[in-house]
Amino acid sequence: MKYVDEFRDPSSSLKLSAAIADTVSRSWSIMEVCGGQTHSIVRHGLDKLLPDSVSLIHGPGCPVCVTPLEMIDAAIHLASRVDLIFCSFGDMLRVPGTNQDLQQAKAKGGDVRIVYSPLDALEIAKNSPTQEVVFFAVGFETTAPANAMAVYQARENAIDNFSIVVSHVLVPPALHTILSHSDNQVNGILAAGHVCTIMGEEEYVPIANQYGTPIIVTGFEPLDILQGIYLCIKQLERGQANVVNQYSRSVRRHGNTAAKNMINEIFEVVPRSWRGLGKIPKSGLALRDKYSEFDAMRKFNIKTIPAIEPEFCISGQILQGLKKPPECPMFGTVCTPEHPLGATMVSAEGTCSAYFKHRIPLGECSAI
Amino acid sequence: MQELIDSVFYPAFSNPLLDQRHDSSVVDLSGLRLALTTDAFVVSPLFFPGGDIGKLSVCGTVNDLAMSGAKPYFLTASFILEEGLAKSALKAVVSSMRKAADEAGISIVTGDTKVVDKGKGDGLFISTTGVGLVAPSLSIQPRNVEPGDAIIISGDIGRHGIAILSVREGLSFEQALDSDCASLNSLVEHILEESKDVHCMRDLTRGGLAAAVNEIARDAMVGIEIDETAIPVVEPVRGACELLGLNPLYVANEGRMIAFIKRESADKIVAACKNHPLGYGAALIGRVTASHPGTVLLNNGIGVSTVLDLLSGEQLPRIC
Repeated sequence: MKYVDEFRDPSSSLKLSAAIADTVSRSWSIMEVCGGQTHSIVRHGLDKLLPDSVSLIHGPGCPVCVTPLEMIDAAIHLASRVDLIFCSFGDMLRVPGTNQDLQQAKAKGGDVRIVYSPLDALEIAKNSPTQEVVFFAVGFETTAPANAMAVYQARENAIDNFSIVVSHVLVPPALHTILSHSDNQVNGILAAGHVCTIMGEEEYVPIANQYGTPIIVTGFEPLDILQGIYLCIKQLERGQANVVNQYSRSVRRHGNTAAKNMINEIFEVVPRSWRGLGKIPKSGLALRDKYSEFDAMRKFNIKTIPAIEPEFCISGQILQGLKKPPECPMFGTVCTPEHPLGATMVSAEGTCSAYFKHRIPLGECSAI
Repeated sequence: MQELIDSVFYPAFSNPLLDQRHDSSVVDLSGLRLALTTDAFVVSPLFFPGGDIGKLSVCGTVNDLAMSGAKPYFLTASFILEEGLAKSALKAVVSSMRKAADEAGISIVTGDTKVVDKGKGDGLFISTTGVGLVAPSLSIQPRNVEPGDAIIISGDIGRHGIAILSVREGLSFEQALDSDCASLNSLVEHILEESKDVHCMRDLTRGGLAAAVNEIARDAMVGIEIDETAIPVVEPVRGACELLGLNPLYVANEGRMIAFIKRESADKIVAACKNHPLGYGAALIGRVTASHPGTVLLNNGIGVSTVLDLLSGEQLPRIC
């Protein structure tokens, strides 16, 4: 398959692995931002191709992991209403709220439907004119244009039984939070390739300069990630801190102008709470006033109650790369993918879930 | 689901037959070795490319019997109909069941029908019980699996799950993809005629290849290694999985099986499968080891091994 097989070529992967080992002269910690990159690393075992001196920190780019607890609770509240169809991406269904998750709300009778796109939710609204339809609009910049388009089309087509719960977050402010932390361990960053496909690479230049941290805009296939790590290590070894675009088959310097314009039309930048990281200024998106009739929280008069995270869950420290899952006393015992206590164990891209898959020693495998 | 079964059903019903945890139970009754199995079918949509809930119910039940080495003979079929189900739809399903039963060489000998109110049934549910006979010398079950065994698959994976998704989600592919729904009893007979060195068999259903190998690893308390590059996946399934962010190893099948075979006999059994219409895509995909009992490792093309876990819940496309 074009654009897939070439970037999974085993011999090229091994060559890059060797090049990384040849280049590195000391310990480095690299953070891959995006949950999709974490997923690829875990699925293909790419961390096992790195020398011991290079460690990967799985970053906060997992929308499932960072959606605040109070937004999950608000979503569950809406989903439990009898007069409403609640639409969501599938992986939000198992994220634990304070008392239950969306899947449990569905089991109790809530009309919760999995959709692949916000436009599917809009279609449901169009076909069910007597029912309110709410879409759980979570994600980073990647999913913002489609969510914006759903609102835009709802307005154009006068679909007034459609609204969204917005919990969008932006990557650059989170990087500031992580890199400015007094215990920051991150030396280099693999930026999220699909976020940058929308937004471009320019907004990462001031971050690289301010913190002296090389930032490589990286794709998702094994060769993308290995090449991203290689380019990052090269800069670190030379003391450089530039933004480099490894994912040039998808990312342009200025990003996707039409997508950015759509985001700007519908959304404005606001402070946003991140689960585990706290409130970060100018780090989220909210509907502009002129589209406020599509704001489900306003439409249904939902007031969020600050939720208290379970005190034993250290997801927040894990999302920042300050701690690793085995340092959590609940990891792999009380907290497992079957019974997740925090968001980083729920999502297949969450750090705790990824570590859980490597819980046995792999030293004894017979040859292929 | 597995946790529910382990924590509620097995403890409540525990007995030596049930505790073997195979697809069907083989009971000795008056000199006969009867294989018994039961299953329920709730697929939505009722009709999909390559099959329907009726065909699925016959093939699925026949396959559960065949996996114990049983020759299937009889099925029961009970129907829960949602009020408002079109008679034409029911007739189509029933006709499809008759056709599938004739192809598998079995008869549907008793049944039941109930009607539930609209909104309580998702159209149609079917529940079956299957009965077959196992030859006196045959013992095919997870506890026979041993380190050194080879693992064979009968063909490419993922067709059924993608065929269902294509209708459910309104996706259309350049190449039409039919479900692989099929009765495997004739393939099993063909394999057993070739060699009796078959230790265990399992048909792949919901949860895909990953679920099947994990179940055997757990039930037999052995380690399993699967070679990712050896697993056959046709291009349309690969493409659909890439598009939706799905892993084909977890996608459902309804006409594929794996067999755990003494290593010395594996190559000739693969060759024999390839001579059968349902086994033309057969391949050797892995092995059983004494290491890491209960765990399945996936060896990928880069030479790295990762744990191939059971998924918690359904596999769902990722957000971005």
